[in-house]
Amino acid sequence: MTNFQEMAIARAINAGLRNKLAENRKVLMFGEDVAQLGGVFRVTEGLHKEFGDAQVFNSPIAESGIIGTAIGLAMRGYRPVCEIQFDGFIFPGFDQITTQLAKMTNRSEGYHRMPVVIRVPYGGGIGAVEHHSESPEAYFAHTPGLRVVSPSNPNDAYWMIQQAIDSDDPVLFFEPKRRYWQKGPVNLDQPPLPLHSARVLHEGHNVTLATYGPMVTVALQAAQIAAEEGISIEVVDLRSISPIDFTTVVNSVKKTGRLVVASEAPNFVSVASEVAARVAEQAFYQLQAPVLRVGGFDIPYPAAKLEEVFLPDADRILEAVDRVLAY
Amino acid sequence: MSEQDSGNIPMVQFLSPEGEFAVPSQWGEYGEYLKRLTEADYLKFYRDMARIRRFDNEATALQRQGQLGLWIPAIGQEGAQVGSGYGVGHNDHIFPSYREHGVAITHGIDLMSILKMLRGVNHGGWNPDATRFHLYAIVLGSQALHATGYAMGVKFDGNMGTGDPEVDQAVITYIGDGATAEGDVSEALLFAAVNNTPQVFFIQNNQWAISSPTSSQTTVPLYRRGDGFGVPGIRIDGNDVLASYAVTAKLMDDARAGRGPSLIEALTYRIGAHTTSDDPTKYRSNEETERWKARDPIMRLEKFLRNQGVGQAFFDDCAADGDKLAEEIRAKTFALANPPFENMFKYVYSEPHPLIEEQLAWLTEYEASFEDEAHPSTQLHNVINEEALADKSGEVAPVENSGSYYGGIAGASNGGGE
Repeated sequence: MTNFQEMAIARAINAGLRNKLAENRKVLMFGEDVAQLGGVFRVTEGLHKEFGDAQVFNSPIAESGIIGTAIGLAMRGYRPVCEIQFDGFIFPGFDQITTQLAKMTNRSEGYHRMPVVIRVPYGGGIGAVEHHSESPEAYFAHTPGLRVVSPSNPNDAYWMIQQAIDSDDPVLFFEPKRRYWQKGPVNLDQPPLPLHSARVLHEGHNVTLATYGPMVTVALQAAQIAAEEGISIEVVDLRSISPIDFTTVVNSVKKTGRLVVASEAPNFVSVASEVAARVAEQAFYQLQAPVLRVGGFDIPYPAAKLEEVFLPDADRILEAVDRVLAY
Repeated sequence: MSEQDSGNIPMVQFLSPEGEFAVPSQWGEYGEYLKRLTEADYLKFYRDMARIRRFDNEATALQRQGQLGLWIPAIGQEGAQVGSGYGVGHNDHIFPSYREHGVAITHGIDLMSILKMLRGVNHGGWNPDATRFHLYAIVLGSQALHATGYAMGVKFDGNMGTGDPEVDQAVITYIGDGATAEGDVSEALLFAAVNNTPQVFFIQNNQWAISSPTSSQTTVPLYRRGDGFGVPGIRIDGNDVLASYAVTAKLMDDARAGRGPSLIEALTYRIGAHTTSDDPTKYRSNEETERWKARDPIMRLEKFLRNQGVGQAFFDDCAADGDKLAEEIRAKTFALANPPFENMFKYVYSEPHPLIEEQLAWLTEYEASFEDEAHPSTQLHNVINEEALADKSGEVAPVENSGSYYGGIAGASNGGGE
């Protein structure tokens, strides 16, 4: 019988990290405040106590230093997992991520593998101050040499963090911070899918709604509301942002003929834009309507009292669904 | 002379510019390390310095003839590099910047690997694990953090402080005076200090970061750069190969023994240009360069060796050896084949990636479609190359009509970093 356990996303990541730390002493977990405190979101809670300074330790508050030393540790045969405290704090490490980590395997003609995972709590909806609610995933998806993923539920979180640690390539692991305490069943026996596969979470036949990370919950709400109105939405959880499993998305669009892509990030040059472009290339004759994107506006993330207006909700998604159905 | 070069700061020196040898009592603990050297080692130091200078001059000529996209001369810095390179132990790891040709030869790097990179065949391509000499780092100071991370790993692995020379390891990173301004170097010093890593930061202060003098990078002498982080530093005469050898060897020993990270500022001078794209006459005086030439590291070791009774035959042999090396690398450079286009895709990821596979498949088919005719983009390349080669000054060649599209020409002949 399959062994299921009810867990929140934060706990699921914690459990996945624990498995890998226990399995291989070369797996390291470090970053700002990840040891005794367990990170500001407590994702690493208890790991320092269990694995000690040898595997779980605090870093100086220097993101370039965190990533740069992770690269050196990876050269030495370690498998570092770094926590960046908040999305908006990743940029001091941007050079080391995009110029060094992403290119090291290529530069060394394969001599250096870079099994580095960078965990990033991201996205809005928690009423935070500036720089604590951003969605910077497109910067990294744009960079060859990196892999970028984002789980939307506890089962994926549990398995995808382990698959990311197993990968010999660098993986940006974007954690939907406003969903950290959302619970769900975790299958402790078997991973649901390979790391870079998308999944149809809710079948439908009128419109495909592709999304990822924190927006998946909103998309499922939208699908439920639409169903009450007789509109059948197929929700595709991308799970992986680089590479993107276009086969699953395109197959869905070939069935529904319509596509809406939703994310919290600004739409301009976004992951949503890439999905729209690819579907236009690969399913042109099946499309019954233009592809629409529902995203954050192309403005800096607003002050907390305005974030509900900024973030796409089920109504904003349904407004786009209505528009594609009008064709 | 600037404050950096005022002579008021204590500086480890065993060989004076006139080739006179002395171990001042204040540097006795470093002087002890010279006792490890045999006559053969002194001759080896000289031979390698002479060889690498000959190599360097040949590489500049190869660039001028269009065989290399760029050359980065290290002339004047051979004492700092060869001495320090030989001070690094046989288990230690080296994280160079991009001018450390003199360190490379002390650890058996095939010099053609460096030329290949500067010709544009690849981005490095030697085996950094087997050689323990890591790839050149173009982005200034970036490698200091990789060295520190690596040194953290050495410590985590228990390869520090055991007293067993086959077990203990240390890490050295080479940075320039310009790179010390980068935040990564400060973060590396900090991470090294808080982790008590087995490592040495070796700063070659060659006085110029392209056209910017050291005084524009720091107001405090660079040997003190680590103080606030808890990394003690020492200044050496970087044109004294013996000082560079002894101080590196001692501090690497200390690092291996677990006595913590340290920093060396080697006062030296970049006799040549920053790269073949640079024109030093625009920002520094001939007088200054001549003054430093009088302190040349090779000349001073030669004076010392002659005083020790080493005869002309040895110096003739070294010169012949250098000429032979130059001839070899010239022939090999001309024979270098362009890499197959598949190489661009080969190492982007360690594991399969659908986008890479898709694009490689597309390009393979696209290229094959030109099998029976000259590839239009190849033809364009040839035109541009000829025009670029016509300009032997090494300045960016103005390429009419195709300049805006092939901005890459500028990139190929311009140097990166400082």
